[in-house]
Amino acid sequence: MTSAPVIHAEGLGKSYRLLHRDEGMRYQALRDTIARAPAALARRLTGKAAGNVETFWALKDLDFEVQQGQVLGVLGRNGAGKSTLLKLLSRVTDPSAGRATIRGRVASLLEVGTGFHPELTGRENIFLNGAILGMKREETKRRFDEIVAFAEVERFLDTPVKRYSSGMYVRLAFSVAAHLEPEILIVDEVLAVGDRDFQKKCIGRMSDVAGEGRTVIFVSHNIHVLRDLCTHGLVLQNGRNAFSGTIAGAIEHYTNASAQAGEKLYPNGKLVKRVAVRQEGGNIVLECDYDDADKQLDIPSFGYIIHDADGRPILGHNPVIEGSYAGLEFPRTGTVRATISQPRLLDGSYLVSIFLGDAYTTYFSEDHCVTLAIEGMVSAVQLPAARVGPVYPQVDYEFIGEGLHTRLTAARGEG
Amino acid sequence: MGRFRPRRPRGRLTIGPTLSNSKHLLVIEPGGSKLRYWRDVWSYRELLAILAWRDVAVRYKQAVLGSGWAIIRPLLTMLIFTFIFGVLAKLPSEGSTPYPLLVLAGMLPWLLFAGIMNEASNSLINNAPLVGKIYFPRIIIPVATCLVALIDFVISIAIFVVMAAWYGFLPDWRVIFFPVFTLLALFVSMGPALLISALNVKYRDFRYIVPFMIQIGMYVTPVGFSSTIVPEKYQLAFSLNPMVGVIDAFRWSLLRGANPLDWVSLSISIGVALVMMLLGIAYFRGTEKTFADII
Repeated sequence: MTSAPVIHAEGLGKSYRLLHRDEGMRYQALRDTIARAPAALARRLTGKAAGNVETFWALKDLDFEVQQGQVLGVLGRNGAGKSTLLKLLSRVTDPSAGRATIRGRVASLLEVGTGFHPELTGRENIFLNGAILGMKREETKRRFDEIVAFAEVERFLDTPVKRYSSGMYVRLAFSVAAHLEPEILIVDEVLAVGDRDFQKKCIGRMSDVAGEGRTVIFVSHNIHVLRDLCTHGLVLQNGRNAFSGTIAGAIEHYTNASAQAGEKLYPNGKLVKRVAVRQEGGNIVLECDYDDADKQLDIPSFGYIIHDADGRPILGHNPVIEGSYAGLEFPRTGTVRATISQPRLLDGSYLVSIFLGDAYTTYFSEDHCVTLAIEGMVSAVQLPAARVGPVYPQVDYEFIGEGLHTRLTAARGEG
Repeated sequence: MGRFRPRRPRGRLTIGPTLSNSKHLLVIEPGGSKLRYWRDVWSYRELLAILAWRDVAVRYKQAVLGSGWAIIRPLLTMLIFTFIFGVLAKLPSEGSTPYPLLVLAGMLPWLLFAGIMNEASNSLINNAPLVGKIYFPRIIIPVATCLVALIDFVISIAIFVVMAAWYGFLPDWRVIFFPVFTLLALFVSMGPALLISALNVKYRDFRYIVPFMIQIGMYVTPVGFSSTIVPEKYQLAFSLNPMVGVIDAFRWSLLRGANPLDWVSLSISIGVALVMMLLGIAYFRGTEKTFADII
């Protein structure tokens, strides 16, 4: 079908001004503004730009098209501009440059349960949330029973949602959103919540929506879900379009290009300078070079998650969960080395997400930061990872009967 | 499963442009258009209604005393003002008007104004999750809070009616103008409310400034006394406060024309309110686009 695209972005961009003076403070106190007024006036008069203001383009020169009925998956690491793009398309914030033309009614679901009020009952929240998502009252009324049935909260309709379990809350919230009937649906990572069964149900519901010829734009870190759900993919890298095409192509581009093999350097990084991962025989060694010049960490807690190539997590750890570290001393600048002994992963390519923080706060995090190639970690015959999962377990077998007790031990599995 | 009805073909793209497509054509670019904004406000009127209903519902669910507060507050203020101004300071009433009624008639619009300022000033901050995640004309949020203040206003009117009946001083024909003056009070309140709600997003100090302003305002506005006792030479400066004209008009309408309807001060009120309204809308519209980025 060749026709005008449903969404057409041309040179779309969004910039933020970074104020270096008081970082992390978005709103201001009036007194600060007044105190700085003379300086600001002087700058304006002399035409000199303030030295401490930096323009940061969260999204820049973005061109892409989405055709009717396509399900577009948006991929990219944290900070690549995915959320900004969704915010622009759903008009929450205005672009700084370029334009996007949208044909059709848009509904956006950037968060589950936006506007839910804890004091109101389930019934009241359905109408409230429906209106917030752009449903007419009549529409909500007509679909009310379906929404309640889908969320499985019939018995609690007249209970304030503050008494709901988190599962019920999420189910109700998603259910309202799932019964929107827009021509274009914009969905941020909302499936990360809820239990497995409900997630499946939601994904089913979303593929129904897609099957009806509606256009969906979908952001998720779950590559597996993206592969199942999407027809097309858009990869963002530092706010720019790094790839657009089929979803398979996009996933390949994302896992290859965005996660750099083995090692990644951050020459301008404030805290993290280098991340590296490698296989050493039967072990995996992760390293993180850091420089805690601001002295914000009480322990350089280096966390990591190893995912399979589809982004499903396999294992994760960090030093803080290992136990008490009171009384120990840690270098302010140095390297954290984590040796994972005998994780027994099958051959293949893995993605590693990393975090650096302490027991209280995460100061640095990057999804799918580096890739890890595993080869010959277990020297036994390998079953396909896609079928049995990526971990080769260490198993003792015993065969008992007819006076025999035969053992088959797993020592042979070592690499 | 029968869950889905067949969809109307509206919005489905066919070859070439069709009317149904162009109907929902939306161009997102820096700036955006003015006309579209006010059209959007109209098309989001249901959201306005439901947000207003939510604020009222939540308020009466959370407060144990619920409507009790709306009765206690004006009654207690009336008692104190009557005692201080009427009994201690022995300020004159208007003609034969009982002093408590003079105070109550002045408090009606003042409490409406104060209520709107209070509710509206924090409204955008309180709805930050909404502002950050969903598009709608933001002006809906401060406007929706007016309903809460209006419900308290209705309760205050009931108190007034009971008190007036007690004193045998029920309003005469002039009361037919009461709805007009109520609209005027709303109009006077909305301009500053919009201005402050927007300012509060960027400068969080305003949440402390507003209660202070209302406290001061109660004494420079003729709530507890009659505006006729203000000396002639201060009258002009005095009536620059738009609530002066409103309160005088309320008293004229509710207290059998106790004080004359002063057209000059009423016109000044309307003029000042109009300026405040334009200023409020202009500032709100100017900063609204950045709300989602800084809230």
